[in-house]
Amino acid sequence: MRAGTRLGFVLLIAPLLLWLVLLIVIPHVDLALLSLRERVGVGEYAVSMANYRTFLDEPLYLWTFLRTAVMAVLATAITLVIGFPVSFYIAKIARGRVQSALFLLCLVPFWVSELVRTFGWMILLRETGLISGLLQWLGLTDGPVEMLYNDAAMMVGLVYTSMLFMVVPLVTTLESLDDGIIEAGYDLGGSGPSVLREIIIPHAVPGIVAGSIVVFMLSLGNYLTPTMLGGKDSLWFTELIYSQFIVRFNWELGAAFGFLLLVLSSVIVWAMLRLTGQTLEKTMGSA
Amino acid sequence: MSAPDLECSALMKQFDGVTAVDDVSFTVPRGSFFSILGPSGCGKTTIMRMIAGFLEPTSGDIRIRGGSVIDVPPNKRNVNMVFQHLALFPMMNVADNIGYGLRRKRLPRAEIAHRVDAVLERIGLPGIGPRQVAELSGGQKQRVAIARCMVLEPDVLLLDEPLGALDLKLRERMKIELKALQADFGTTFVYITHDQSEALVMSDRIAVMNAGRFEQLGNARDLYYRPETAFVAGFVGDSNRWRGRVARVSGGIAEMQADDGLTLRAALRGVSAAGDRAEIFVRPELVLPGHDPADLAGCDNRLSGEVTDILFNGAASRALLRCVETGTVLEMALPQSGRFAGLGRGDRVQVGWAADQAACFPERGTDAGLAGAG
Repeated sequence: MRAGTRLGFVLLIAPLLLWLVLLIVIPHVDLALLSLRERVGVGEYAVSMANYRTFLDEPLYLWTFLRTAVMAVLATAITLVIGFPVSFYIAKIARGRVQSALFLLCLVPFWVSELVRTFGWMILLRETGLISGLLQWLGLTDGPVEMLYNDAAMMVGLVYTSMLFMVVPLVTTLESLDDGIIEAGYDLGGSGPSVLREIIIPHAVPGIVAGSIVVFMLSLGNYLTPTMLGGKDSLWFTELIYSQFIVRFNWELGAAFGFLLLVLSSVIVWAMLRLTGQTLEKTMGSA
Repeated sequence: MSAPDLECSALMKQFDGVTAVDDVSFTVPRGSFFSILGPSGCGKTTIMRMIAGFLEPTSGDIRIRGGSVIDVPPNKRNVNMVFQHLALFPMMNVADNIGYGLRRKRLPRAEIAHRVDAVLERIGLPGIGPRQVAELSGGQKQRVAIARCMVLEPDVLLLDEPLGALDLKLRERMKIELKALQADFGTTFVYITHDQSEALVMSDRIAVMNAGRFEQLGNARDLYYRPETAFVAGFVGDSNRWRGRVARVSGGIAEMQADDGLTLRAALRGVSAAGDRAEIFVRPELVLPGHDPADLAGCDNRLSGEVTDILFNGAASRALLRCVETGTVLEMALPQSGRFAGLGRGDRVQVGWAADQAACFPERGTDAGLAGAG
């Protein structure tokens, strides 16, 4: 009997362990070792910090790194600002079928691949696209307008891609807020903004943090959207990693970049949790 | 004479063509405890939400201290509400909960702290300000929820079945405590409940509500001893009930041929003529037992029954009897004198009651009321 339960336990835990070891631990250990070696001759390698030094010495790398971090935080903030009222409407104002229909609408874009979704934006925003054509037809502009290949277009793409991941945890936490508590806030003399500030937002903090962490990580690690919608100047750090691995075949530097991105996202998520006084298990448990 | 604290006139509320509150008018004098008692779905919560300002009446007027508040939003009305689940803010400690309304009024910080301490003292919980809401017991939460409203010195305090979530023992204690708090603060309380004992114990005046209308408005004794409608007779307190057809009416006493075959006499309430359908209600404590017919000489209604069960509950013990002739089951309170202490299942007893202690009403269309008569 005891042996039987032990065997069951092993069988149940095996897929998880395999997944953890094969897909997370081994590749990362390998990447770490890779990032710490330097090619000194043909087929000859030495342990050194040269790759990390290259990163610090080259302004483009450092600049792209910081820019990516700031832009990802900005994309998260914009997603939150747009997602919060949407979630509040779905969770607290819409009822019954409207509620589920709205929720479904947030999900619909994910039925097509990210590539197709991004092409959709290109159709809208390009020089010969719908919006440009509409502006010309209305006589608001003289010639075609190019709206692609800049930071704004990239930001639109990032926010659009991430919206669902902000709305889901927010709707979940907002739904758990008793309507009576909001009404009590008004009843005791609160106005809209003060009820939002003192009651709704404090209640929604776990959802806000959970959504923000997911959106931030997705944006930081996004490759397709910055590549397709961003311009020459809106280089994303993932593009650097791609070019090191695939174009330059410099796996050592690419691995170092990959590690730096991991450290960056860990630091920002940690800072976000510290700032809001949340713990990871609490926020992820709520989402 | 100053204006009453709360005055509702011809209040009406319709939802998508369904009338939830139908032409309700009442006045609550200053400093009194007013209850609205009714089964769930009778419209009492709708009335309360209209007074608080969360719903707009379809027609009619609500005046607080003489001034109409129809166009005043809830946060500007000097009316506060204790919610059914109390709705204490879980993200704040007790002091911040109570101070919330004062902060909205932009009072200075020191003044807020002072007032919060004073009200905590008053509800008998001094020093619990820094505690978290989740750490409080049910009764403490109750008092904090009331303090959170009372600190704002509202003209009217609305209470939406706040005792519903408490266990029985605590509920009994909170009833007495609430009444004492109300007397202490001197604020007008409007209390809604489906629990008749809450309403009867605490209120100065009670409105019994059914299907959007007030059936009767009066004090607890009026409702219990002098119900004006069949609904009130069935809803407030326990009753034995017979339905039948009026055979004869004379001198304020109706004689009814009950559907189960008994002929019963009862004081006539409401309009009924011979041939009308009617209902007779008799309180279990007015059904008197006797060993033989001579004991029941003064009773106009008499029948012999067989005890089918004894429901012992201390002072509120009952016996269930089955009428020997008709098989109808009726409830009788066991006399406190102990005269019938030996009564057991299967025993035969004679029971009877005076005609003027039973009430005969015109029959109602529906059976809605008796579900609540527990």
